[in-house]
Amino acid sequence: MPVGAASWSFTQDDFGAITKSLERFLFDSNARCALLVDRSGQLVATVGEQPKFDPTAFATLTAADFSANDQLAKLIGENDFSSLFHQGEKESMYLADIARRVILVVLFDNRTTLGLVRLKMKQTVDELSKLFEEVFKRAGSASQPNILAGADDEIDKLFK
Amino acid sequence: MSMINYASREINCKIVYYGPGLGGKTTNLEHVYGKVSPDTRGKLISLATETERTLFFDFLPVDLGTIRGFKTRFHLYTVPGQVYYNASRKLILKGVDGIVFVADSQIERMEANQEAMQNLYDNMSEYGYDLTRMPFVIQYNKRDLPNAAPIRDLQSALNPGWEVSEASRMRVTPDPFHAGQHLVEQLGSGEWVEHAPYFDAVAVTGEGVFDTLKAVSKLVLKSLA
Repeated sequence: MPVGAASWSFTQDDFGAITKSLERFLFDSNARCALLVDRSGQLVATVGEQPKFDPTAFATLTAADFSANDQLAKLIGENDFSSLFHQGEKESMYLADIARRVILVVLFDNRTTLGLVRLKMKQTVDELSKLFEEVFKRAGSASQPNILAGADDEIDKLFK
Repeated sequence: MSMINYASREINCKIVYYGPGLGGKTTNLEHVYGKVSPDTRGKLISLATETERTLFFDFLPVDLGTIRGFKTRFHLYTVPGQVYYNASRKLILKGVDGIVFVADSQIERMEANQEAMQNLYDNMSEYGYDLTRMPFVIQYNKRDLPNAAPIRDLQSALNPGWEVSEASRMRVTPDPFHAGQHLVEQLGSGEWVEHAPYFDAVAVTGEGVFDTLKAVSKLVLKSLA
């Protein structure tokens, strides 16, 4: 039995690849902004127009939204809902699952359409899924240097 | 599920405050929110009913300092205390790195405390997490009330100790917060047991709130080291 949830990390290179893929998606779909949030509610990346709201709070609520919908899916006999759509008068959002660990959230307004966003998102989801699967595989193989290894003294000092 | 972001140089961890209804979980977060400087904390988000009972969760992000050039960001969550909301309670535990169990010290709430503790074990094991092997502290809240049960009784009901099976951990470990007590000890029967660290608190006045938070955060960071 695992002790708790596994820890994971991503490097500057991963970040570069994620950003590139999302920038291309935003350009193709004419959406305003894309955010990546991990399933425990932590914000991984924001690309495009910087949102005016608090992105940390947004990330937490996104993860909660997705988890609650996962459970709803199970109640009606589905494994999960791989994507969610919330429609507003001017602003809408589309959420999609990436590799069962991360959620891609796209914010868009009436400069584009849901159809175009969905269409362009499919390829991005595939790309990001591959990328994140690599990241998680690496986390599992423990080849990543542990930045906190031997930092016990520093941790003690922080909490004096 | 702690996340290390090398691009923004941040370590993100998730701490969940668990416990029976009206025990003071939200009050803990409110006190932290009120005391921490606004540039080291984010917004306090509450998904509550009209009567201020937590419906889904409360959430507060705080920065606790820098280690090796990485900002340590802790995301604090509370769960709804009412059993009715167990489905959403369980969701909040997803990806948790450390747990604070906020017990209500009042004698009348003993059963509610035990139920919540059992529910915590059950929900954790459904995720495949082993509570006895992860950062976990207990807070006995409402110590100022005249009907508060003695700590000894609360300890034997909620924190009797779990069996230590690894030989390497079978050594007497003093409790750094309570002189003369031990976190790991050998019982008269020869069995080794480990208790979770515990703290007395009066969350409405803030007593014990930061001691609890510091203890669990330190355990979380040490579990990553």
